[in-house]
Amino acid sequence: MKGMTVIVKTVTRWVKVFIFLFGAYIVITGHLGPGGGFAGGVIIACSYILLTLAFGKEFALQRLKVGAAHGLDSAGGLIFLLIALFGLGFGGTFFANFLQSRYPGLEFHLLSSGTIPLSNIAVGLKVASSLFLVFIIFSVLRIVVARDGSRSMVQEEEEE
Amino acid sequence: MVYALCFVLFVVGLYCALTKKNVVKIVIGLVIMEYGVNLFLVLLGYRREGIAPILDEKIGPLEFLARAVDPLPQALVVTSIVIGLGVTTLAIALCIRLYEKYGTFDITEIRRLKG
Amino acid sequence: MNGILFELLLPLLIAIPLGGAFLIALIARKVRVLADIFGNLATLAILIIAVMLFRERGVYSIGGWAPPLGISWVLDGLSNLMVVIIALVSFTATVFSTQYMEQYTAKYKYYSLFLLMVAGMNGVVLTGDMFNLFVFLEVASVASYALVAFGGRHEELEAAFKYLVLASIGSTLILFGIAFLYGATGYLNMGAIADAVSGAIASGQPSPLLVLAAVFFVVGFGVKAALVPFHPWLPDAHPSAPAPISAMLSGVLIKALGIYALARVFFNVLGMTPLLGWILIVVGALSMVVGVFLAVGQWDFKRLLAYHSISQMGYVILGIGLGGYVLAIGGNRQAATLAILGGVFHLANHSVFKSLLFLCSGSIEYRTGTRQLKEMGGLLEKMPVTRATCTIASLSIAGVPPFNGFWSKLIIVIAAFQAGFPWLAAITILVSFVTLLSFIKVLRYAFLGKLPDALKQIRESPALMALSLVILAVFCTGMGLILVPGFRQLILDPAVGALAQGVEYARGALAIAGGH
Repeated sequence: MKGMTVIVKTVTRWVKVFIFLFGAYIVITGHLGPGGGFAGGVIIACSYILLTLAFGKEFALQRLKVGAAHGLDSAGGLIFLLIALFGLGFGGTFFANFLQSRYPGLEFHLLSSGTIPLSNIAVGLKVASSLFLVFIIFSVLRIVVARDGSRSMVQEEEEE
Repeated sequence: MVYALCFVLFVVGLYCALTKKNVVKIVIGLVIMEYGVNLFLVLLGYRREGIAPILDEKIGPLEFLARAVDPLPQALVVTSIVIGLGVTTLAIALCIRLYEKYGTFDITEIRRLKG
Repeated sequence: MNGILFELLLPLLIAIPLGGAFLIALIARKVRVLADIFGNLATLAILIIAVMLFRERGVYSIGGWAPPLGISWVLDGLSNLMVVIIALVSFTATVFSTQYMEQYTAKYKYYSLFLLMVAGMNGVVLTGDMFNLFVFLEVASVASYALVAFGGRHEELEAAFKYLVLASIGSTLILFGIAFLYGATGYLNMGAIADAVSGAIASGQPSPLLVLAAVFFVVGFGVKAALVPFHPWLPDAHPSAPAPISAMLSGVLIKALGIYALARVFFNVLGMTPLLGWILIVVGALSMVVGVFLAVGQWDFKRLLAYHSISQMGYVILGIGLGGYVLAIGGNRQAATLAILGGVFHLANHSVFKSLLFLCSGSIEYRTGTRQLKEMGGLLEKMPVTRATCTIASLSIAGVPPFNGFWSKLIIVIAAFQAGFPWLAAITILVSFVTLLSFIKVLRYAFLGKLPDALKQIRESPALMALSLVILAVFCTGMGLILVPGFRQLILDPAVGALAQGVEYARGALAIAGGH
């Protein structure tokens, strides 16, 4: 897909960082206020989707390749599982909040409530990369009807 | 009663999923059904004139317990929405592949399996 | 308290397949053979852990939060049996897939989805919390939708879409039922709900919310278990999926997600009433009859097997429902436990022989490229291992002694007589006879008769596929021995006891973990 007009491109260039930052803020303060991994991950994915819509898919794929997105996806899931298993190892039961008993931190501050912010970050990473992959795969593949009437799915070519 | 309206939403989604011919409309029906149930679940935790269940430094614990809405259904619904998102994504991907193979979005023509 | 073995190993039953799925998706993209190794290692590890945990019982609180505040995982007799069955069938399916799936690309994605499905099923049978049940049910279901569509041919996509729509409606109904239960009692823990509900039922009429929740559960879990009249997705989905996935779907998925969850919710959470028992008996008898009469006329091997799955699930639900009904009306307790024993034993047997049948059909399809019975024939001399194991499985499902199917069907018939339902026993025997007829047809067309010219060059299946067939066949022959009194106390009686104790389950689930 090609990009959009100059106005959209300029505004996007300024705004995309703020959207990303806002999404990261919602992920990290998930234990203090509303939000958490799911909502923050969706917003981070939205910043990349905005990039794709405004500039065209090649630009977005330069910034975050499909292979890297797959890797981040699986890594996010693995980190979440590792936090749960560390709870088994250090805390005694599966998913136990083993950091809360050792480094409690002050209440209502950012560095508190143990492993919950870490789990939020892992989930945010996974949701963001998954949604970005879904959008790219849905928009990149198109159905092309060949001369003899048979259909096939191809990666879209750039039309002039 | 607002719960009856949630049930109406569920039935509308079910009707859409059962009677429409376009594959994408069937998926939309599934999504409406799922959101009806999520709405029902959130409304179960409502308390009249309640405050959001976010603990703050200004509110003491006892007063918080007396006034906050139930946070458990909200946590359940967040999970359920994400599950619905996953199922919808898979359904739409299947619709795209079905169009590639059959050339139509009409469910009455996608019927090569019989018997 | 729980033993140290239990504390360490129980979470691994879900963490290993989940971690394996993510790990395979992460690193097996470049190095193809790693996917096979990790996949088989993961299922072998689960099998070993399931056998090691076999004598243990207990309640495991996640994160140290005692119920009813936190989520708890309960390992009792029925969960034990289901975990071992799931581990066994998934291990043989992964051994079979190492060579069968060579014909598809992206094999690592297959293993990743497969392990996610196994993690979901393990979660469903282990959990003691209603919403956790729903989450793991959805994990396993979504993985199975993607696996049914794995090959990308038109029939697979159509079948996967039908499966997705119907099963999503079922899942939404289950969520609605869970919401009703939460609204009526305020708890999500199965034990706590059972306490609250039994108090409400004992004091008078059950509230209409609970009755509606029970109806939603019957429909929702009935869709997952493919009971009549919620079965239309199964005859399309099971044949179209790749053969090891068909074996997993028919062998364990419809049991763990459908029948186990239905039995757990009806016996232990809601408490069995005569009306619920009667509903289960009617649905079971209907499934048996409709399934087998639709199966006899099929010429596609896998479609025939799929219709037989519906019929055999009817057997299991009939046994369990009969036992529940007799328990609820306070009748002959011995007949009730015998009926539940028959149902649970038939569940275990059916997993083994139906998976074996689907793997055999996969082996035939791998070599001959067809599933239509009219195009096969005379495979007798060309594929000896497949012929032998398929014969064993066909005799098992038809109920011929001394294979395992005969014993479980006999127990259900005897229990039906003892409970005072002779016409149910007559229906069961009739359905058994028609099953025997249809499998004689299968054997005659596939293995006896003339070898068509197109198939002259085929050979036996590769070694690993044959190995998995042999493992399951050994279990088919040997499982009749579980009825011997020593083994029965060990394996089957705890499972029956877990269901028959009804809402007493709550006492155990809450007390051991130190709830209240």
